[in-house]
Amino acid sequence: MSRNWAYLSNYLVYSSMAVYTISFIAHAIETAWAIKIPNASSSQTFDFKRTEKVARIATAMMVLGFLLLFAGVIARGISAGRVPWGNMYEFSITGALAFSGAYLAALRKYDVRWLGLLISIAVLLTLGTAVTVLYVPSAPLVPALKSTWLVIHVSAAIISGGVFLLANAVAAAYLYLDSMESKGERTPWAKRLPTLEYLDQLSYRLVAFVFPLWTFAVIAGAIWAESAWGRYWGWDPKETWAFITWVAYAAYLHARVTIGWRGRRAAWLCLFAGSTFLFNYVYVNVWGTGKHTYSGL
Amino acid sequence: MSQEIQLPELGSVGLLRYGWRQLTSMRTALILLMLLGIASVPGSLIPQRTQNPIAVGAYFKDSPELSKWMDRFFLFDVYGSPWFSAIYILLFISLIGCVLPRTIEHFHAMRALPPPTPKNLNRMENYSKWDATGGELVTARSWFKANRFRILEQEGTISAEKGFMRETGNLFFHLALILILLGISFSSLFGMRGEAILNVGERFVNTPTSYDSLTYGKLFKDGKLANFIVTVDNFDAKYNVLTNAPEDYTLNITLQQGDLSIREKRVIKVNSPLTIGSTRIYLQANGYSPVVTVRDSEGSIALQGPIPFLPQDGNLRSIGAIKAPDANPQVGFLGSFVPTYARSNGNGAISVFPQALDPRLLLSVWSGDLGLDSGIPQSFYRIDTSSMQQIGLKSLKPGEVFEYSGGSITFEGYLKWVNLSFVDDPGKNYALLGAIVAILGLLASLFTRRRRIWIRCGSEIEVAGLAKNAAPGLEQELHKLIRVLKGEI
Ligand code: HEM
Repeated sequence: MSRNWAYLSNYLVYSSMAVYTISFIAHAIETAWAIKIPNASSSQTFDFKRTEKVARIATAMMVLGFLLLFAGVIARGISAGRVPWGNMYEFSITGALAFSGAYLAALRKYDVRWLGLLISIAVLLTLGTAVTVLYVPSAPLVPALKSTWLVIHVSAAIISGGVFLLANAVAAAYLYLDSMESKGERTPWAKRLPTLEYLDQLSYRLVAFVFPLWTFAVIAGAIWAESAWGRYWGWDPKETWAFITWVAYAAYLHARVTIGWRGRRAAWLCLFAGSTFLFNYVYVNVWGTGKHTYSGL
Repeated sequence: MSQEIQLPELGSVGLLRYGWRQLTSMRTALILLMLLGIASVPGSLIPQRTQNPIAVGAYFKDSPELSKWMDRFFLFDVYGSPWFSAIYILLFISLIGCVLPRTIEHFHAMRALPPPTPKNLNRMENYSKWDATGGELVTARSWFKANRFRILEQEGTISAEKGFMRETGNLFFHLALILILLGISFSSLFGMRGEAILNVGERFVNTPTSYDSLTYGKLFKDGKLANFIVTVDNFDAKYNVLTNAPEDYTLNITLQQGDLSIREKRVIKVNSPLTIGSTRIYLQANGYSPVVTVRDSEGSIALQGPIPFLPQDGNLRSIGAIKAPDANPQVGFLGSFVPTYARSNGNGAISVFPQALDPRLLLSVWSGDLGLDSGIPQSFYRIDTSSMQQIGLKSLKPGEVFEYSGGSITFEGYLKWVNLSFVDDPGKNYALLGAIVAILGLLASLFTRRRRIWIRCGSEIEVAGLAKNAAPGLEQELHKLIRVLKGEI
């Protein structure tokens, strides 16, 4: 029974990878066509109708990939009889899910479809690493993870992570377009992307939106640590880096709101803060020591 | 000394005041916070004594000179170091000095009326005007009231203000940070934390000597250790047969409290510690203690009992030292206990499952001076064999005896041990309360906007608005108001 669910989960994860690949290709074609708009240099405004259809396919595939991956994560959870956050394979597939989910959620409100190329490749790379390097058979939890706090703490952390990374993608796009504009006009394909100001605001809004959730994730972790390990804060490497990420984003928010940073400096600070989050995930799970070593590596 | 640096005429009081103002500026607080973030990095990359003393030991062995230097800068005790403490104490002072005056100021500001409408509204960014049709002032007043603006009405104008929750939330957030820091300090002054390894069947009487390690805050009194006795009845570990990973640990104990006459059965699990008054008992680790009897050449017992061994891997291959200082000559055993024995090519004996399905005790026997009288503290799990001689090597099954020249050792069997933490952390509830208030304050301050809206009614209606920090959304709000005033909605 649980075996079958595990197989089903793997099957769904692989299918979602196939669909994400299609989405990636569609996004790539869309971008390529946008680059090859005829007479690009002569006209100021462009008509992107030609690419619109492909872009819709790309988004539709992204939604489908998300749904398949979602089902895959759920099936994984059923196979193990618990929430699917017990080891690094599971963190990775759920993280990829949160990342593309954050993108799709943002897509409903903001003009971020052009980010799909970046998102789909990032999700593919994460899933690829997960199924090849990180895969472990589905198994019950070790005793330390048996707690309702697993659900609360990890879901908050994974969702925050997904949105932080999305903000990073936006900030990176900002920097790229900014350096392009400083050399002259945007190349034709980049003209369909939003203005710099829009990107600048967007990455700020994303961060401001999840910062409280991240704070909550850290606090929920502390409450859990109190009941599992007998102290709520012990400067374990994972805790330390969660704190550093928190400080970095607090610095980012302050730099924007109180000092008035905008543009390049803010984008770099945003990238820096996001990289502390990634560092925590990779370094502490793979090489780190400490009590957070449930990664299964 | 040709030239002194020109400081403004301050005098010592002025200088102090200047210093205080610098320290309590928001800028300083933020810099200190950043510093705290940066200062916490080395402790996550270098092993710390409090978390991983064994890795620290290895560091000292590998590069003694470097380690000595690093130790001088407290790099193995980052989070208890003077420089780390200095940063957070300064941050603490800075936060208090900064937030308290602001709280008072905000309290007054909240009760004050909004400032009067400026003369020239058309200088504002969001300005619009149109011809009056009458009744706008009344409509505006009721709209402001309905939307919970605070208003000041003067000579055909209304000045309205909203969004104090931003500053209120912000202050609550920062006050909550202070509460968290207070909670932490309170715990470190009045709290206590101890560790003890107990074999199944053993009794733990809560007195300082029962602990393997015990630390308490400066203001915690010895006599305050809670009055209880814990007896370890049973420890049960379940493992997954496919992955060998642990699935469940259950510790059964008997608890005697107060006058110790009542015996209660209790269960401790990894995520559910036992609470006795303000003390909590946590199940931290577990392992095996081989039970041995050591006899001398005449057959009299030199040592008997369970000796806790230290697990080395997920399958609980454990190492330890058995020391018989009363034997003559002194004898010591370096041992390795494997719960489920298998031979590996190369590595000697290994364990292939964490449960004791086929236990073995592998011993090397050493004779000579154990060095216990030298005064140098010794590891419980090691023997300094430099002035000893190896006289035997043996692998034993339970019940087997090994005879060496000068005595014998019997492997009687094994017991499980558990490592318990005893923690009294009186400040943690304040820290938790602080954390909750911090989140709520953060939400309030991140998602409200402080803004003012003015309206002047004459033959023309003039409306303008201003948002602090150029917060977005004011335009839509003004647009709505204008449509209400024009009677469109
Ligand atoms: C002297 C102490 C501090 C003062 C006076 C202060 C003041 C402020 C002010 C005025 C804002 C809101 C900006 C605005 O909307 O006008 C703010 C926001 C914030 N503060 Fe502080 N701050 C201090 C220290 C800190 C510290 C130590 C932290 C972190 C531990 C922190 C974290 C935050 C965060 C996360 C925000 C939200 C950013 C935003 O409003 O968008 N602050 N603080």
